Amino acid sequence: MDSINVLIVDDEEELALTIAERLEIRGIKTQTVSDGDLALNSVRTHNPDVVVLDVMMPGIGGLGILKQIKSLDPKIPVILLTGYGSKERSIEGMNLGAFDYVLKPCNLDDLITKIQEAVKSK
Amino acid sequence: MKTNKFQEFITKYIFRIPEEGTSPERYKALRRNIIILMILVTVIPLSLMATINYYQYQKNLRDEIVNPMNVLTNKTKRSLELFLEERLSTVRFITSAYSFKELSDPIILNRILSVLKREFDGFVDLGLISSKGKLLCYAGPYSFLDKDYSQQNWYHNVIISGKHISDVFLGYREFPHIAIAVQNLTDPNCCWILRTTIDTKKFDDLIATLELDQECDAFLTNRDGILQTNSKFYGKVLEPCQLDIPKGGQGTFVTEGQDKNGRDIFIAYSYLVEPEYILVVVKPSSLILKTWFTFRTEIFFIYIASVLLIVLLVYKLTDAQVSHIKNADEKRELAFRELEHSQKLSSIGRLAAGVAHEINNPLAIISQKAGLMKDLIENSTEFKEKPKFVELTNAIIKSTDRCSTVTHRLLGFARRMDIEYEDLGVNDVLQEVISFLEKEALHRNIKIEFQLDENLPRVSSDRGQLQQVFLNILSNAFAAVTDNGNIIIRTWDEDAEKVGISIQDDGCGMSEKELENIFEPFFTTKKGYGTGLGLPITYGIIRKMGGSIKVQSKQGKGSTFTIYLLKVPKKILDS
Repeated sequence: MDSINVLIVDDEEELALTIAERLEIRGIKTQTVSDGDLALNSVRTHNPDVVVLDVMMPGIGGLGILKQIKSLDPKIPVILLTGYGSKERSIEGMNLGAFDYVLKPCNLDDLITKIQEAVKSK
Repeated sequence: MKTNKFQEFITKYIFRIPEEGTSPERYKALRRNIIILMILVTVIPLSLMATINYYQYQKNLRDEIVNPMNVLTNKTKRSLELFLEERLSTVRFITSAYSFKELSDPIILNRILSVLKREFDGFVDLGLISSKGKLLCYAGPYSFLDKDYSQQNWYHNVIISGKHISDVFLGYREFPHIAIAVQNLTDPNCCWILRTTIDTKKFDDLIATLELDQECDAFLTNRDGILQTNSKFYGKVLEPCQLDIPKGGQGTFVTEGQDKNGRDIFIAYSYLVEPEYILVVVKPSSLILKTWFTFRTEIFFIYIASVLLIVLLVYKLTDAQVSHIKNADEKRELAFRELEHSQKLSSIGRLAAGVAHEINNPLAIISQKAGLMKDLIENSTEFKEKPKFVELTNAIIKSTDRCSTVTHRLLGFARRMDIEYEDLGVNDVLQEVISFLEKEALHRNIKIEFQLDENLPRVSSDRGQLQQVFLNILSNAFAAVTDNGNIIIRTWDEDAEKVGISIQDDGCGMSEKELENIFEPFFTTKKGYGTGLGLPITYGIIRKMGGSIKVQSKQGKGSTFTIYLLKVPKKILDS
């Protein structure tokens, strides 16, 4: 099986980079961006297998970015990273077409499992 | 201005009420003031009325004695006057009808006397007196012939005024008499006088018509205070009267006074014009005093009974009113405190949510960095401190996990999720929650006893929230009991509106100070690992559902949490 290509979108670059590095160690290719426009560019140019998207983003917010990604490529699975208090937003995201959500601060193994499930569902 | 000052004075000194709080002094003062005011506004008019009644009745009673006395005395005086006038005009008639010559004849004079005696009461004798004062002819029981009257007062009176009625005097037979003398004015050359003596027994008869009581008295006196008839208490006829009688006067009047024996009496005086007699009627006050005493006793008892009744009623009413106010105040205070508490909770919630959000990201970074460190260490070749580094990174990851539990709880506390009502069985929810804790119970040999009401009605509630409530309380119970401890879970149908749930443990219990604070956020007895949010969250959820929660606890004996849940929450009923 080809290695999985994951796009991580989080304004908290430290977090995004660390998660990316840990995923890389586990053989998952990653790319990190810190805002919506870059995320859309990346989706267009790199065509990732899975997008991991933070719900709490500045500007149009995570859900706004989700909508744009989905309008660009409806088939791409998106996993939402969400704080405990914004569960409702995750549910809203699920309704907008997100594949699943993971609570922050996340357990990496959970995230990898969900990424693998997302790839399989494709 | 004056009114304001008066009001100020009243509020400052008499009706001062402590303004703040629900202290017992405040209600005592309030109670005292209401009682004083109510008693004043009721007893003052009552007392006024009683006093007015008292004096009015006294006056009426006096009038009741005085007026008839006045009328009767006046009437008797008229009778006396009539009697005397009648006698006077009879004598005057004889002097006009008969000539000097005829009257000088003893036979004719005797005949006239016998006719007078037959037709009128009281005539005793009849005498013809010359203008010089000498008795010329006499008809009667005595012989006064040739007696000279020219030096006597009455003779001069007759010469001056043509007639005379004398005071009473004792005749030869020791009977009281009066004399009436009339001068003949028809013959200018010969001014003779006709004189008659009249027995005063008729006076007594007329006075007797007054029909007085045993203790009353009536008599005649002249203007010098000499008795003209016998008096029962104040002397015999022709003796000076022992009562002080006002000499001058007209008509009839009544006064009050005391006689020489110290008796309180009413005295009626009536002044006769011709002769100048005074009719005196005496009635003792004691006659009316009896009625007066009865009335006074009655009014006194009625007054006392009324005052007692008023005081009793005022006390009872005021008590009821004040305790009503007190209850209302306490309820208000309680509602206020609850509002304050929930406001505190919500503002702390907002603060906590903000902090938790801000901490969540750095926490995630620490956690991931530590994870990365662990990954790198595990993938590196063996080095001397490798196990120590793995241990350290594990410790960091564990601590961040603990932190994230706290932030999750804080966010859960702040979360304002709407309650989603569903039909559920409270017993089922309890069983579900216990299944989470079964392992710990088994491990620590804690005995959980169920006393569940099999027929407990289903309620409308939020399953998730209810689970959290039970889990929080049960976690506390597990923390409180020692190994081998006991926990009893009960459910029952409280009433038409509520079901009851209690969770009882035989653990360490709480002090009073702890009991006061257990629903306060961040108050915890679990040193080191409690967030102090479990029970405030529980409290918030229960209140949001319209239920209530209370705790009983004794240090060293254990605690019991009792929850009442509405079968149908008010919000559902309202909608």
